Amino acid sequence: MTVRIGTEKFDPGAESNAFLEHNAGAGAAVTFTGLVRSSPGDAVSSLTLECYPDLARNEIAAMIADAITRFGLIRATVIHRYGDMQPGEPIMQVMALAPHRKAAFDAAEFLMDYLKTGAPFWKKEATPEGEKWVDAKPDDDNARDRWLEK
Amino acid sequence: MKILYFAWLRERLNRSDEEVSPPPEVVTVSDLIDWLAGREEDGDLAFGKKSLIKAAIDARVADHSSPIAGAKIIALFPPMTGG
Repeated sequence: MTVRIGTEKFDPGAESNAFLEHNAGAGAAVTFTGLVRSSPGDAVSSLTLECYPDLARNEIAAMIADAITRFGLIRATVIHRYGDMQPGEPIMQVMALAPHRKAAFDAAEFLMDYLKTGAPFWKKEATPEGEKWVDAKPDDDNARDRWLEK
Repeated sequence: MKILYFAWLRERLNRSDEEVSPPPEVVTVSDLIDWLAGREEDGDLAFGKKSLIKAAIDARVADHSSPIAGAKIIALFPPMTGG
């Protein structure tokens, strides 16, 4: 398992290739990359993420350990940035390696649902109307909670 | 103990951390939030709706009912919006 928290911009393709280099026993890898979004109706000039790195490392490591056990993963990696970012830049990446496709997809989704609500990052958007903290969404809590029943 | 503040809570309080020595009757995270808010001129405004304030004790997520005895670092923050 790998957890990487930092301010440096990363190359999602290079990270994916590096992740796939050691793949004994694997039949499936799922990679998810979260990007800074800016759309015409919802313009964002930049995004700043605040982070509590010590807590982030602990919480994300626990989520990955849970995912490995739950889905029988071979390996999983989470990369998450904080600091200032521009539209189109990668914010974070989740990679799951498993013997079969379903486990890899489910694990990536599980990790995303938990990261959204349980990893200590806070997004602040700079928009033409000024800066604003992004509100937590009830849908994200619901997405996480559906894993509790399984 | 050291208190860390993040995101809009940090901005509203105008500080990212502070050393505090709460009195003995401050037993839980919930008590601590009330005690910290009570010291502020506009504490209710800064802390806002109490249920929105989340906490971590020594870099582990905690509940409002978690005891704070022996804690070195307590972090208080709004709901997380990562991913």
